[in-house]
Amino acid sequence: MNPTLHAILVFLQTWWVELTCGVVIVAVVPLVAGYVVLVERKLMADMQARLGPMRVGPHGLLQPIADAVKLLIKEDIIPDEADKFIFWLAPVISMVAALTSMGAIAFGPSFQVARDINIGILFVLGVSSLGFLGIILGGWASNSHYSILGALRSTAQLVSYETAGGLAIISGLLLSGTLSISGIVAAQEKHHVWFIFLAPVAAFIYLAASIAETNRAPFDLPEAESELVAGYMTEYSGFRWALYFLGEYANMIVVGSVATTLFLGGWLRPFPNVHWLNWLDFLPALIIALIGVYSIYRAGKQPVKIQTGFMWAVALACFAVAFVFAAPWLIQLLHKFGLAGSLSLDFVIPGLNGAFWFLLKVSAYIYVFMWLRFTLPRYRFDQLMHLGWYILIPLAIVNVFAVGVAMLLEANGLNRWLAMILTLIVVLASAIFLVRWHDRRTESASTASLAPDSYAG
Amino acid sequence: MGNTLQDDALPNNNTLLGADELVLNMGPQHPSTHGVLRVKLKLDGERVRGTECVIGYLHRGVEKIAENRTYQQFAPYVDRMDYVAAVSNGLGYCEAVEKLLNVEAPPRARVIRTILTELQRIASHLVWLGTHALDIGALTPLFYCMREREEILKIFEKYCGARLTTHAFRIGGLQYEAYDGFEKDVERFCLDFERRIQEYVDLLTGNSIWIGRTRNVGILNAADCIALGASGPILRAAGVKWDLRKAQPYAAYDQYKFEIPVGTNGDTYDRYMVRIEEMRQSRLICLQAIEKIPEGAIMGKVGKVIKPPAGEVYHSIEAPKGILGYYIVSDGGTQPYRVRIRPPSFINLQALDKMVRGHLVADVVAIIGTLDIVLGEVDR
Repeated sequence: MNPTLHAILVFLQTWWVELTCGVVIVAVVPLVAGYVVLVERKLMADMQARLGPMRVGPHGLLQPIADAVKLLIKEDIIPDEADKFIFWLAPVISMVAALTSMGAIAFGPSFQVARDINIGILFVLGVSSLGFLGIILGGWASNSHYSILGALRSTAQLVSYETAGGLAIISGLLLSGTLSISGIVAAQEKHHVWFIFLAPVAAFIYLAASIAETNRAPFDLPEAESELVAGYMTEYSGFRWALYFLGEYANMIVVGSVATTLFLGGWLRPFPNVHWLNWLDFLPALIIALIGVYSIYRAGKQPVKIQTGFMWAVALACFAVAFVFAAPWLIQLLHKFGLAGSLSLDFVIPGLNGAFWFLLKVSAYIYVFMWLRFTLPRYRFDQLMHLGWYILIPLAIVNVFAVGVAMLLEANGLNRWLAMILTLIVVLASAIFLVRWHDRRTESASTASLAPDSYAG
Repeated sequence: MGNTLQDDALPNNNTLLGADELVLNMGPQHPSTHGVLRVKLKLDGERVRGTECVIGYLHRGVEKIAENRTYQQFAPYVDRMDYVAAVSNGLGYCEAVEKLLNVEAPPRARVIRTILTELQRIASHLVWLGTHALDIGALTPLFYCMREREEILKIFEKYCGARLTTHAFRIGGLQYEAYDGFEKDVERFCLDFERRIQEYVDLLTGNSIWIGRTRNVGILNAADCIALGASGPILRAAGVKWDLRKAQPYAAYDQYKFEIPVGTNGDTYDRYMVRIEEMRQSRLICLQAIEKIPEGAIMGKVGKVIKPPAGEVYHSIEAPKGILGYYIVSDGGTQPYRVRIRPPSFINLQALDKMVRGHLVADVVAIIGTLDIVLGEVDR
């Protein structure tokens, strides 16, 4: 055999899983990110007393595809003064970093995207942080004032909030005792509790830090629309802009996955060790089937025939997926009547259901992101820095020690929850102290007296 | 506004990295300069060391146009200055010409004028609140504000057929009688509105980020306000209880009870609170006014051809954004010899430089928002 061909074959034989996963990530994540955008727009519209995208497809279901096509066929503009190579490279870095970090994430016990590496969470954090390089380079290469200000902001933000987020993650890692993603979930199964209940402050700090890391409101200063037009993306348009955009949303999925793995029990269903709740395993199939039923109900109300057809297609797809979820149990049922022979699909259950629960938790996490975005005004740059350095980072450090002490107390025979609550009180007290102290600092810094709300009505 | 970019230089430019000042050109195309305002910012990092406003992108020569139009023909033009509060502009102009003619609008017309003007004040403040909140990063209040503004615009539409540039009033009174159910519509809006204001207050007033972004930002004390000629909510937020509706009552304001909200600190938060409270007070005025709209004519004794005697007149009203004054000189002809308009936005905008110095870029948009300028009125 031709040695080159042989080498290629050996390479493929060794790495085919990873390669396939790579292709799947590249193919699927942009689509998912596009639909996350649609969901965000719909949720925003719902909270703001309007409808959101309604034109492309029923209820705007095809809007992401229309957007993608529009961005693809847009003119590719590179400013004259830009550093062309870096301008080209920067969005690619952002996107690649976000997609690569998805590789180590596990959606279920037998659903590792790429490979279960023993430093899984470290890998995810490290690679996703590289995405900031794309932002900084893009802002610099654009050679525009708005862009460079956005890039500078994002640099400072990254340094501050990666620290706080990292320390929050350490609290979770202390509890699990491993960096491996499947190991962390296994530890939560073993402890019979999600770590958010053992380290709530750490989970909260991670939430704040991950919002800042993904440049989302109220920490969206690098791209603050009303101030810096679009921050580091100001000079980007068309598909390069889309790469940044997809990178941002892929990053949201990544931080959501990390938080889910570390604090929300990963792919475990609620109460995995409580046997009388085993019926929860049927829930995924049931929920998806219900979405299908709802689609049929809505299909009749569509104004245009093609939209009715589309809704039917959505419904059928839902039923098909629900059937896949339900298949193992259907076969078990057939076994009872001695009909299915030796066929068994039981091995599928943990994987599929795990993926369902995992994605549900990630969605909930991303929902919180969106909810905060629609509700809160934006922090100012100095306030952001103060929040990070004066409150979150000290609090995260205190929390690391508190979790350690709690574990020590538990190892010495104290009830776990008692230990947890005792240390939590200390952490909350220090949080209150930090906030008060910081408030006093800023208050004395400002010369003017504060206005009383005498006319607040 | 003077070339202020030159002065107030940094004492020490020779930092280790040789970091220079950055001149950032904000606008005229910028999401939050509220139109075509262009502000050149001299930045040290993100800190603002000086500003220079460039205006005139929307200049249409309104005052010059007036000299070539009859008094009636010019009335619709004033709607297009502060297009967010067209009714108030029209009120000021009509009353100024009436003063010149020495006629008075009949009581019924004056009450209806008051109602519509107060509704317009609420609508104008709603646009301000929504865009100001949007500038500071709160996306949602904008849509709530627009929802309520829509109700007001519907009342305008029913009354005179137009929503934005209404041309609702005529010199000497009104052209249109209030439509059937006018009182009911206004009452329904006003009764509902208290609850709606509470929604904005819930979203913003107690929000620590909002307070952090607005308290002690862009302080303009009373002395500065007066020196710069700033008026309206900006002046009142600095603690000066000056409102032409009370000080020099016009239309039918002397018949109604209302408070003039004032602030203490003159910062962005105070201006926010003052405007929120003004919306409540406007609502109360509307409710009082619809209780008893006098019967009678809606048009005073004004001829088909308006030919005021030679002379001059200055009349000012409390527009939503501040004192709106019209100075009209007549040479006895059918067209004004000269019309000079004192637009509140233009004069309030002068305060921008004083307010933003030493603040951060993010505060610049907050301060532009809190000045509540409309570029149509600034540039005229």
